Amino acid sequence: MRVGVLALQGDFREHLVASERLGHIGIALRRIEELESIDALILPGGESTTMALLARTYGLLDPIRRRVADGLPVYGSCAGMILLADRILDGAQGQETIGGINMTVRRNAFGRQVDSFESEITFAGSTLNAVFIRAPWVEEIGEGVEVLSTAANHPVAVRQRSLLATSFHPELTSDLGVHRYFFEEICR
Amino acid sequence: MTEATGTARVKRGMAEMLKGGVIMDVVNVEQAKIAEDAGACAVMALERVPADIRAQGGVARMSDPDMIEKIQAAVSIPVMAKVRIGHFVEAQILESLGVDYIDESEVLTPTDYENHIDKWKFKVPFVCGATNLGEALRRINEGAAMIRSKGEAGTGDVSNAMTHMRKIGGEIRRLTSMREDELYVAAKEMQAPFALVQEVAATGKLPVVLFTAGGIATPADAALMMQMGADGVFIGSGIFKSGDPAHRAAACVKATTFFDDAKVLADVSRGLGDAMVGINVADIPVPHRLAERGW
Repeated sequence: MRVGVLALQGDFREHLVASERLGHIGIALRRIEELESIDALILPGGESTTMALLARTYGLLDPIRRRVADGLPVYGSCAGMILLADRILDGAQGQETIGGINMTVRRNAFGRQVDSFESEITFAGSTLNAVFIRAPWVEEIGEGVEVLSTAANHPVAVRQRSLLATSFHPELTSDLGVHRYFFEEICR
Repeated sequence: MTEATGTARVKRGMAEMLKGGVIMDVVNVEQAKIAEDAGACAVMALERVPADIRAQGGVARMSDPDMIEKIQAAVSIPVMAKVRIGHFVEAQILESLGVDYIDESEVLTPTDYENHIDKWKFKVPFVCGATNLGEALRRINEGAAMIRSKGEAGTGDVSNAMTHMRKIGGEIRRLTSMREDELYVAAKEMQAPFALVQEVAATGKLPVVLFTAGGIATPADAALMMQMGADGVFIGSGIFKSGDPAHRAAACVKATTFFDDAKVLADVSRGLGDAMVGINVADIPVPHRLAERGW
């Protein structure tokens, strides 16, 4: 598969590496033309405000929304989860998202950087070490959203149709479980 | 569920999230908001930007906690703040305020002319400056979770940042070409811990994120540093000492993302108004150069 990773800001390189380790072709996506050729999209960790602003300025937001509506498989980690949320809390003024998952996500819900943590969690039936960095959580889910993991009594991994979002960063560890789930369970 | 906070992975991971972004110096809430609206991935809260510290002289210290908290309340992006080299109590204070990153910075007046802060003792991550690979590895050995090349802060002259990026990159490339039995002497010569030298030789990169800083004043400067291998850019005086800060800030953010696309760079370089006037580093007497601070 050709896997696009939104490369406007953040840890996109780590998602490219994870995709390539699982045998896919990774494409750093910064332009509309690059969007046409991809079979799946990953929205990386980073600053969601920066990414949303650049995506708006360079005309990526609406074309990505159209491809999401057409069923493009998308995985978002941390800032990527915020970008996939239909509704956000504690966002910057006027902060836009791509949307697609019927949920409300609270930005920086776990606190500031001194509260960032790693922890063993269960994801779709298996255990993994999850890294949470100024992480969001899912405040409320609507119809059609499946919860795959929880932490601090809030969903931290969710799926709706072909869209997957996690509060944590599997790309910062060597465990490819979440990426494998995305490619094998969602993209097929 | 057992939660581990303040681990090396969590601290270094925070810097990974800043990559490809611009961290801007701000001295008040208004500037912080301009930076956030322009797409900064973080702000550095301080009372005087380096150009003013340079112009006004005197001892430069940690900023007033009130000022830092106001900025924390005003923006949703990460807020960093500076402490003097070796001043671990200033660091304890900033940690208690919940700043997201501490810069143990040569821009402020040093407190300890031999030791830097033992950064492993803190939950909050630290970024430190470096002019060469040995200095970077000594800081990482003390617990720094992010490195920035120093450049010469407050000048608007990017030549020292260039020198430091070339130096760090060149020394990394040299290590990767060495025989394993030559790494002992390399570690001795660069006064760096052997284990870290071995790691850099094997991976061809620093074990933490490398940003660049010092003298960046234009979108082209930011893109130049990215093409030199920086993971991202700090801009201090360059934005708010220019004619049109909001416009220039947004342009530098775009230039950092599209650093290898000359058409975008030409586009964002248009009509920015006056850049900061600046000082040539060559005109600053050596004892007044900030990059010399750090040991």
